[in-house]
Amino acid sequence: MESLGNIILYFVVALVIIVCSVLTVTTRQILRSATYLLFVLFATAIIYFQMDYPFLGAVQIAVYAGGIVVLFVFAILLTHQPGKDAQRIDSTRRILGAVAALLGVAACGFGLFSYANFCGRQLAEAHSWSIEEIGKFLLSTDKFGYLLPFEAVSVLLLACIIGGVVIARRR
Amino acid sequence: MNLTLLMYLVPSLIMFGCGVYGFLTRKNMIAIMISLELMLNSVDLNFVVFNRYLFPGQMDGMFFTLFAIAIAAAETAVALAIIINVFRVARKVDINELIKLKF
Repeated sequence: MESLGNIILYFVVALVIIVCSVLTVTTRQILRSATYLLFVLFATAIIYFQMDYPFLGAVQIAVYAGGIVVLFVFAILLTHQPGKDAQRIDSTRRILGAVAALLGVAACGFGLFSYANFCGRQLAEAHSWSIEEIGKFLLSTDKFGYLLPFEAVSVLLLACIIGGVVIARRR
Repeated sequence: MNLTLLMYLVPSLIMFGCGVYGFLTRKNMIAIMISLELMLNSVDLNFVVFNRYLFPGQMDGMFFTLFAIAIAAAETAVALAIIINVFRVARKVDINELIKLKF
């Protein structure tokens, strides 16, 4: 049995996720689309906090909401005149996209609801991981250690920095 | 009333469906990137929820999400750099109008 506050929080967050992700892809103005994306990312961060992963929620807010959305807003303002509406999407393309998305959602939803027993399990009591333990797992080479992906990501970030500099350089 | 695994998977599924719809219908490259972020975010949410409900004693799903966030940030930065550079050369970001590379 969950506490009432948790249930109310869940319904608010689920509603925000559903409404704002629909608005993200249907709104005509692209800057509004980025703003709705920001709301979706914040709601996801709230779910991470609710699931007892505070570090992940902080990373989500710092990297996604603080980094990626700001990058999007910069790119939009550099390439668009503010207030000017984007072009309409032609209706055949819209119908095709909606059919493809709905087919995918229907197939996955059928799968989810046909495994209702599996999907109906309750939230178990879990160990709340401290930052110290997360850091140890991230830098260990044991069975559950993640040192190799950590180093691979650091090389990837270096490659991205070099790639960004090369792309953005004026010739 | 209990919060079950299904109740977290349904918003994630709808988020992914919206991402697919936006990816297929939008013509603006930045809007396509935004739809892509929606899809990536829903996958991250699935990793975390499955980890918390099925294996509450481990944190592999959390690390997968952590690395997915890092990779998504890097990918977005490079993609937006490319888009801005394309805009500087061609003065447009609509995929229908960018036909210089078309065979």
